[in-house]
Amino acid sequence: MKFSFYAGAAACALMMSFAGQAEARDEIQIAGSSTVLPYASIVAEAFGENTKYPTPVVNGGGSGAGRKALCEGVGENTIDIANSSSRIKQSDIDNCAQNGVKDIQEVRIGYDGIVFASDINGPGFAFTPADWHAALAAKVVKDGKLVDNPNKMWSDVRADLPAQEILAFIPGTKHGTREVFEEKVIIAGCEEDGTFEAIVASNGGDKKAAEKECKTIRTDGVSTDIDGDYTETLARVDANKNGIGVFGLSFYQNNTDKLQVATMGGVTPSVETIASGEYPVSRPLYFYVKNAHLDVIPGLQEYIEFFVSDEMAGPDGPLAAYGLVSDPELAKTQEMVKARTPMGPLN
Amino acid sequence: MTDISSLAPSAPTTSAGRSLYVRSDQARRRQTAETRFRMIGFIAVMIGILAVAGLLTSIVFNGVSSFQQTYVKLDIFLDPAKLDKKGDRDIEALNKVTTFAYVPLIEASLRKLVEDRGIVIEGLNPKKIGDIISKEAPADLRRYVLADPSKIGETIEFRLLASGRIDGYYKGRVTMESAALDRNISPQQLQLADQLAKAGVLETRFNPSFFTAPDASDTRPEAAGLGVAIIGSAYMMLLVLCLSLPIGVAASIYLEEFAPQNKWTDLIEVNIANLAAVPSIVFGILGLAIFINYAGLPRSAPIVGGLVLTLMTLPTIIIATRAALKAVPPSIRDAALGVGASKMQAIFHHVLPLAAPGILTGTIIGLAQALGETAPLLLIGMVAFVREYPGLPPEGIFDPASALPVQVYNWTQRGDPAFVERASGAIIVLLVFLLFMNAIAILLRRRFERRW
Repeated sequence: MKFSFYAGAAACALMMSFAGQAEARDEIQIAGSSTVLPYASIVAEAFGENTKYPTPVVNGGGSGAGRKALCEGVGENTIDIANSSSRIKQSDIDNCAQNGVKDIQEVRIGYDGIVFASDINGPGFAFTPADWHAALAAKVVKDGKLVDNPNKMWSDVRADLPAQEILAFIPGTKHGTREVFEEKVIIAGCEEDGTFEAIVASNGGDKKAAEKECKTIRTDGVSTDIDGDYTETLARVDANKNGIGVFGLSFYQNNTDKLQVATMGGVTPSVETIASGEYPVSRPLYFYVKNAHLDVIPGLQEYIEFFVSDEMAGPDGPLAAYGLVSDPELAKTQEMVKARTPMGPLN
Repeated sequence: MTDISSLAPSAPTTSAGRSLYVRSDQARRRQTAETRFRMIGFIAVMIGILAVAGLLTSIVFNGVSSFQQTYVKLDIFLDPAKLDKKGDRDIEALNKVTTFAYVPLIEASLRKLVEDRGIVIEGLNPKKIGDIISKEAPADLRRYVLADPSKIGETIEFRLLASGRIDGYYKGRVTMESAALDRNISPQQLQLADQLAKAGVLETRFNPSFFTAPDASDTRPEAAGLGVAIIGSAYMMLLVLCLSLPIGVAASIYLEEFAPQNKWTDLIEVNIANLAAVPSIVFGILGLAIFINYAGLPRSAPIVGGLVLTLMTLPTIIIATRAALKAVPPSIRDAALGVGASKMQAIFHHVLPLAAPGILTGTIIGLAQALGETAPLLLIGMVAFVREYPGLPPEGIFDPASALPVQVYNWTQRGDPAFVERASGAIIVLLVFLLFMNAIAILLRRRFERRW
């Protein structure tokens, strides 16, 4: 008893004696968007396998949190790369500048499609953005007047849609996907079906307020915000066979045996239709690199070049196979990364 | 005496003259109330048991299959023309050959095998044959070659992982019907797998790498394992034990035996009780601010996780230790002081050994709590994709690592359904660890506890 006590105490003391002599960090630290996370981990894994550098550590946490962590300052206890599913904001750049993070590289890795999918055994859907606005907006135009949304069935929205209860699972407001959904679907639909004009006409021409009014989603239980990830959306659609969920293209492609995808404006979402721009609901994915760390953290420059290389991010690479729509301007990005060109001011 | 014996034969009566053998209305009411309460209690226990049983069966049902994995045995010719064009086995040149170059070797070997065995599947695209092998396989091959370049040019038998969908087919997750709809697998590929299984090339067997392999990316769920997470959790538990036990016990001895009773100690006591109820994420925020941003400790490292969890566990240990010290009867202290021991001697020679079982039980329960915690690790960068094993302690506690509950959280977020099985498997492993720790706590209590 006594011996084991002393042995334990000695082991603990030995361990503590090393505290404070942290050595230089030799692995790359990445954080940010959970949409980019799977792509980043695919690249990190391949990078660790094929080079002499250790596999980078990839954190999730969300685009905003990642950019905030990037801008915390320069030094080994701050991250090197922030993954982001939306473009960096001026407030982030200001925050960075304040903390001494000056040169940031913006690297666009490709595009992510946002798809609408329902249970595989239900009827198929062919949507337009206007359908989604009419189904989910808090206020719609009826007989020339703005009224609370009365639509209960998809067939109320448009006669040739299936007579199925409207039940939507859309990303919660903290998701980057929500922004794209609002902008490319709801507001686009609002303009398409004339509601936007009606609101502008009634509020004295204030377009900003009209946009805000457009994207206000009804709160009578027809639409549910999902704050978790796509696995939660899938579970909800699984439980409510009438539900229609908003997913990322890569998630859908991994679950084609459970989900069927709806067309948008007559276009079926796929890597090809998104690359060509025919499918309207997509967004670019980025990562941001702290240039000050480039020659400090071993392998950082190699990792970035590896990420945007044709073997990884090209149209035949593993990222495209997983659902990333590869960037047609990848060659330009490769050059930019080689030259370590920091991003200019936002336009 | 005679009075009583003369009364005995007749039935006992109440003061009102009624027989006690006949139940009064009041007695009946009281008895029904008791039966009712017993029923409610029994139902409550049953609901609890059912909930736990349901949870456990669903986890075990989903997760036990992750301890098995489907493998394909292949004879692979390590083609020098592909791997070492110059033929000088120069390790530098070999290092430059990426895993992409190893993929054709595996595909060629599999195609040859299919041909040799005379397996013909109608409608199977020959390009899709290679897809039944995991994307981890080329990496395995490359590691093997780099470890021993002299094997280039030989034909070597490898046991390679089958892809996640093929594995799911043998675990009931994928069916012919679902494969027809699935973009990642076709029924023809499943038929090929069936033929290979018949030929004895493909088999499902115990999967030790689930416990030893590191995490894998979303494209290869079949290769993902708990190795890094188990090491990370072990390092953190070690740190928590080393820090919180001495600090917690010293603090409680001081508060219980030496500290004067005044406003200050009251304040400290209230604060300790409150700290035990603080949401764990708050400790994560604190950890980020103090240990990473101020003290400059590395991100994602078990040292920071261990420190944060220590802060979280301390109140639990202090409360348990103080209760254990209080439970030692004052007569022990009095007797020790009476024969001339100093206060410190009385405490360390007599009180502490008697309180030890209670202290250890509290410590182990605190550790078990810390083992299952994810939220505080979120902010210090431990909820991450980590593939490199941390080094040996003590330096290893500064290397990035993951933790068991983190791995569960990570895997439930992945798109591929194969990760659901792995998350459940990880939960089983975590539960086994917790069960083991609680068993030790019970054992210690049983063996060393003394009652007065």
